[in-house]
Amino acid sequence: MDLTVVILVEMLYAVASLILISAGLAVVFGMMKVINLAHGEFMMMGGYATITAVNLGVNIFVAMLIIAPLVVGLIGLVVERLVIRHLYGRLVDTMLATWGLSLFFIGLATMIFGNTTTGISTPIPGFAIGNYQINGYNFFIIVVAILLLIGMLSILKATRAGLIARGAMQRSDMAAALGYSPDRIYMATFFCGSALSGLAGAVLAPLVGLVPTSGGAYIAKAFITVIAGGPSLIAGLFSSAGFFGVVNQIFTFAISPVIGEVALLVAAVVLLRLLPQGITGKFFKGKL
Amino acid sequence: MSLNRRKFFASTAALAGASMLPRAVMAADTIKLGSILDTSGIFDAYGKPMDMAARLAVDEINAAGGLLGKQVEVVAYDTQSDMALYSQYGQQLTRQDQVDVVHGGILSASREAIRQTMRKTRTPYFYNVLYEGGVCDRNIFINGVTPAQQVEALVPYAMGKSGKKVYILAADYNYGQITARWIQKFVADNGGETVGVDFFPLDVSDFGSTIAKIQSVGPDLVIAPLVGGAHLSFFRQWAAAGMKDRIPLASTTLGVGNEHKVLTPEEGNGIMVAYNYSQELDTPANNAFKEKWADAYGDSNLIHEIAVSNYQGVMTWAEAVRQAGSMDRDALIAALESGLSIDGPAGKITVDPKTHHAVLDVHIMEIEDQGMKVIETLPQRQPIDTQAVCDLSANPDDNTQYEIEI
Repeated sequence: MDLTVVILVEMLYAVASLILISAGLAVVFGMMKVINLAHGEFMMMGGYATITAVNLGVNIFVAMLIIAPLVVGLIGLVVERLVIRHLYGRLVDTMLATWGLSLFFIGLATMIFGNTTTGISTPIPGFAIGNYQINGYNFFIIVVAILLLIGMLSILKATRAGLIARGAMQRSDMAAALGYSPDRIYMATFFCGSALSGLAGAVLAPLVGLVPTSGGAYIAKAFITVIAGGPSLIAGLFSSAGFFGVVNQIFTFAISPVIGEVALLVAAVVLLRLLPQGITGKFFKGKL
Repeated sequence: MSLNRRKFFASTAALAGASMLPRAVMAADTIKLGSILDTSGIFDAYGKPMDMAARLAVDEINAAGGLLGKQVEVVAYDTQSDMALYSQYGQQLTRQDQVDVVHGGILSASREAIRQTMRKTRTPYFYNVLYEGGVCDRNIFINGVTPAQQVEALVPYAMGKSGKKVYILAADYNYGQITARWIQKFVADNGGETVGVDFFPLDVSDFGSTIAKIQSVGPDLVIAPLVGGAHLSFFRQWAAAGMKDRIPLASTTLGVGNEHKVLTPEEGNGIMVAYNYSQELDTPANNAFKEKWADAYGDSNLIHEIAVSNYQGVMTWAEAVRQAGSMDRDALIAALESGLSIDGPAGKITVDPKTHHAVLDVHIMEIEDQGMKVIETLPQRQPIDTQAVCDLSANPDDNTQYEIEI
């Protein structure tokens, strides 16, 4: 019984961390069609921003939830102005440019922080479920992921800014004809996407040993989740993260963590063979 | 005078050639020590202190008058954590620079990339890193601890402090696989039982499900030969789940690159390890070594296990040159095979003539406030794993890395 609860919590946690890892990319790639290969590095910088802020004496929650997204968002803003805005609509070129950016950021982080592992400890103590000890921080990540989804949904669906952004992503010429500047909208959207990546890197930072190349560990999962999710932003993110997280954890518990990772990849291949447009290409059509 | 491009290159080439001449003449008056290490890139946390240690050793040798009346000159190449550069620089060191000895290599892959070059060119090679054991080659000398030396000491101690049921979490490549096998053997030898073994690729950083799984099995002890930054997350998540005070932890790798200084005291305290060296080793030799290091580089925080191994490797070679009385390779190897030993910062290191591995002190330690507190010292442990497969006095032409069957 206790074990069932623990496994359920771990599954929820796996789903939540996939949602976090992929949210920024879902905005940048899913909405804006920019293949951001530097997504992992944005997360890495979120982690470093958090650790630096905490070492400077800032409260860890402020550092994770406010400072890191802001810092990475601003970096994203600079990147958008200097590089990305020249490349909208040129899918392959963005790939090359952001790959270069990813190498650049790894180099930069190495120069500033050195090539050693750094980290901070989790701010929430573990607690017991029956006979099992469980990482209390898992719940924090689950809560953050839920709030994130609700926040994204309400901004995109219920606010005027969200409506404008969605409109501009679909038909930027029409948005321009109606008097909105697509350039500005793209800039703001990229800022949000980067900030989300920064947030993900920040909240995951206390769980890992951070090195400048840490981003590489996330990038594949993020792309798999977003691509398998399909055209709908939030429904896609939620359904594919849910599917992969559960598959991963079932095999991890039943066999081993390695098989869990393999199962995730096999599931992705099979899924894309059956649903080439992603989950939301077939189900939840037209949802956000 | 009109200077076109061709003339310019011709004259500068001549000049450059001329300026190299005196060096070539001078070279005969120095002994060349080749050093090949990753001092940049992802392994630089290992390589940089190793490089510093080698230079410290050479400076010390030179300050004491050099070897055979000659100064020792370091010819160093940075392989940038790129295995392909090892073969290239290995060739350069032996063929172009014609060094007298090579020290270096960090990962086992890098050692294997240059070992045959060293053998073919008859350049004595010192590999000064703890590794999985089993290399049998008369041209190479290895002074790092091997799994059996570590595990033989660590397992009985850790089991004594906890209990008989052991769970193993290991990195999924040859080091982790081989070490896990040794742990299983020594657990069984000490009357215990291995209740689970899990292997993790080097990029796995989420151990939540593993931690739950361990609890459902309920071992008395977890031994974790995990490697690298991603795997460091395990120790963090283990502590975050509040498991640290419930099931004791031991590791054969934590701290080799000073990882224990990244973990907070709450996360690291109490983890049991066994190595040849600890900064907290309170011996006159180590205190003097730390002082020398601090004089040369500001502070002694960067010193770690394999930096000290590298220092001891250079010192062992220097002692062998003194005893051999010449730079001849065969005389040098004969001197090393005479059971030569030195006293390094980590204690006495003796060359085992049969395997060219090292007989050395193994210290059982517990991590305490980001240091490694020495609990017990097991003096002069034999490299029993490699000894079981390798006998260079019987087969001097052996040139294999054995996979040790247990």
